[in-house]
Amino acid sequence: MIDDITEKIQSGIRIDVNEALRLMSHPNVAELGLLADMVRRSKHPEDIVTYNVGRNINYTNVCWVRCDFCAFYRAPGSTEGYVLPHEEIFEKIDELVSVGGEAPKSNEILMQGGLNPKLRIDYYEDLLSGIRERYPSIHQHCLSATEIIYIAHISRLTLEECVKRLRNAGLDSIPGAGAEILSDEVRDVIGFRKDRVDEWLEVHRVAHRLDMHTTATMMYGHVETIEQRVEHLELIRNLQDETGGLTAFIAWNFQPDYTALGSDSTRWDGWKATGFDYLRTIAVSRIFLDNVPNFQASWVTQGAKIAQVGLGYGVNDFGSSMMEENVVSAAGTSHTSAMTLAEIKRLIETAGYRPVRRNTRYEIVN
Amino acid sequence: MIQVAGIIPSELQEIRKKVESGQRLSFEDGMTLYTTPNLNAVGYLANIVREKMCGNVAWYVRNQHINYTNVCNKLCKFCSFYVPPKDDRGYVLSPEDVQARVREHLHIPISEIHMVAGINPKLPYSYYLDIVRAVKEIRPEVAVKAFTAIEWVQIARAAKKSLREVMIELKEAGVSSIPGGGAEVFSDRVRDDLFWTKADSDEWMEVARTAHEVGLPTNATMLYGHIENSQEKVEHLISLRELQDTTGGFLTYIPLSFHPERTEIDTLPGPTGEADLREIAVGRLMLDNFPHIKTFWIMNTIEISQVALWYGADDMDGTIQEYEITRRSYEETRQVLTRKQLVDRIVESGRDPVERDNLYRVLSTEREIVEEVPVGIPGELPVVS
Repeated sequence: MIDDITEKIQSGIRIDVNEALRLMSHPNVAELGLLADMVRRSKHPEDIVTYNVGRNINYTNVCWVRCDFCAFYRAPGSTEGYVLPHEEIFEKIDELVSVGGEAPKSNEILMQGGLNPKLRIDYYEDLLSGIRERYPSIHQHCLSATEIIYIAHISRLTLEECVKRLRNAGLDSIPGAGAEILSDEVRDVIGFRKDRVDEWLEVHRVAHRLDMHTTATMMYGHVETIEQRVEHLELIRNLQDETGGLTAFIAWNFQPDYTALGSDSTRWDGWKATGFDYLRTIAVSRIFLDNVPNFQASWVTQGAKIAQVGLGYGVNDFGSSMMEENVVSAAGTSHTSAMTLAEIKRLIETAGYRPVRRNTRYEIVN
Repeated sequence: MIQVAGIIPSELQEIRKKVESGQRLSFEDGMTLYTTPNLNAVGYLANIVREKMCGNVAWYVRNQHINYTNVCNKLCKFCSFYVPPKDDRGYVLSPEDVQARVREHLHIPISEIHMVAGINPKLPYSYYLDIVRAVKEIRPEVAVKAFTAIEWVQIARAAKKSLREVMIELKEAGVSSIPGGGAEVFSDRVRDDLFWTKADSDEWMEVARTAHEVGLPTNATMLYGHIENSQEKVEHLISLRELQDTTGGFLTYIPLSFHPERTEIDTLPGPTGEADLREIAVGRLMLDNFPHIKTFWIMNTIEISQVALWYGADDMDGTIQEYEITRRSYEETRQVLTRKQLVDRIVESGRDPVERDNLYRVLSTEREIVEEVPVGIPGELPVVS
């Protein structure tokens, strides 16, 4: 049934959108795993799965955008809104360094927050440079495209000026959040009232032009069609052909609890995407995105069991140890009870791989 | 033309030839299946056997579990359910309590009631007859699947009769099949450490053989993910296969994923998703004479179970009301699925859902469950009686 596609993959020939759609409707997931693993092995032939020592830091939950799929934000003026004082952020980083050690740029902070109208470029420059000065071991993988567009906007900067100033202050790379599904139609339905598809792509393009690396994500399992998932992949593949600046791809499904979208049956059918769907989706993504080097597991949304099985479906990296997670946890995902580094290593080892620590640039950390 | 089959690793190519031509796998093949790193290839091979035997069908059952006592004198280290005799947390359901449990779900057309429990030395032989009759009295159409091997041994002891006699009498009272629990791993080494007081493998086999002789079909299980090794598991599977060659009385093999929480060996991490899928696949490949392989979603999680339908499993078990054995030790696993949830999962994974009774007779092939009968939430544990 998919022998023609198998042959293409084996010969290293890129598959097209229609072939990706055929794979998405191919029910035998073990076969999809075999194919995705073949692509993974062509890029990473060794029996190694990498992981990253890192910490999520959510510096503010104040956000005026009010996306309907988010349970993390608090509107400006809410008594539950916060901005973490620098000292508190530094304490969190101290904890991370005590776990991860002092090697230069070896510990990752994934620092993201809401679109807080009170915070402008000087706040970010101050914070990023403060971290850089204090912590040579920290790689600052921070601020989604959505935040960067907004910081540029309220600080009256061009996108390029904004990214440059953030980089000069200490920003090392940019995470792929806010991609959701790269379709303006889908963004309208799920109530993502911020950047359009072209804007998300443009932030990454600008960053790549400035020699910064970024990652790409996909949040699926809400209102998008399978065709729209594949279109999303195509936009990412095209961007990567153009710039080559993406280091990794990470997919996870919409976490509906306590979100406006999750309780609106006129827009969302109530079907939370399954582990089966996750495995199929990452396998097809791995096959289709032949130019993206690394695939990260999303254990925080999928749980340890499915995340581990995903290592046979094209995933070559277990992601970050995180230490804390506040965003999808607010939407009810049940797997956020801190996974220890020992547990991450055990899951990698029992799946037949050697766990190896990496930094955010995917260089081995000894 | 290059086929998917062509990309399975070389160490599995011999096994692939055997599987495709329907040849029996050897002990060494079993070891290879456990040790090869490529789980997807093992799953791919298991799926060949699965589709030969069951086509595209994925079976499920609407069932209810009743755990009639938690008192047990076996003290198995891997169990978080039991309390020892004389412990004030112990309970025994009276025949009336059992009927009350059955009545709670009378509005749901369940076809099977699964009754297993601890080894409570205080219970007389009449008790077992009474609880089976109690179920049949108010729900005569339902099949009673009851008592694991060690319970049968205890029942015979309480009755001072042979296994054969008590089986015939309980069959007349209403038992129509026997679950597969309590097999654990057929290994003296593992038994000496974890469940030394329990029936050994000869005794377990004897119960299964006798049941088959008196016309009671049984299931078989293997508890994995604790201290057992691959060799012991392959030996376990081959023992089951040999008995099945003789009697043909096994319906289903169910690998059971060990849950360490709140057991005496809770420092063990418990099986991973990789291990859960591999046990399903190896079971399907080695047990070529077992009609069915079940993924018990309560232990494997529903996420893994859905995937397992492509790694050798053809049975998703059931909607399961009131399963107590691992519930208290694993609260994050929800213990009830609605029929709609179960059927939707099967359909999503590309299989054809078929509702069965305990003997795999077809009850329904509905794919779109529109109206769902509300199902009960597992009740609180009853007070001591």
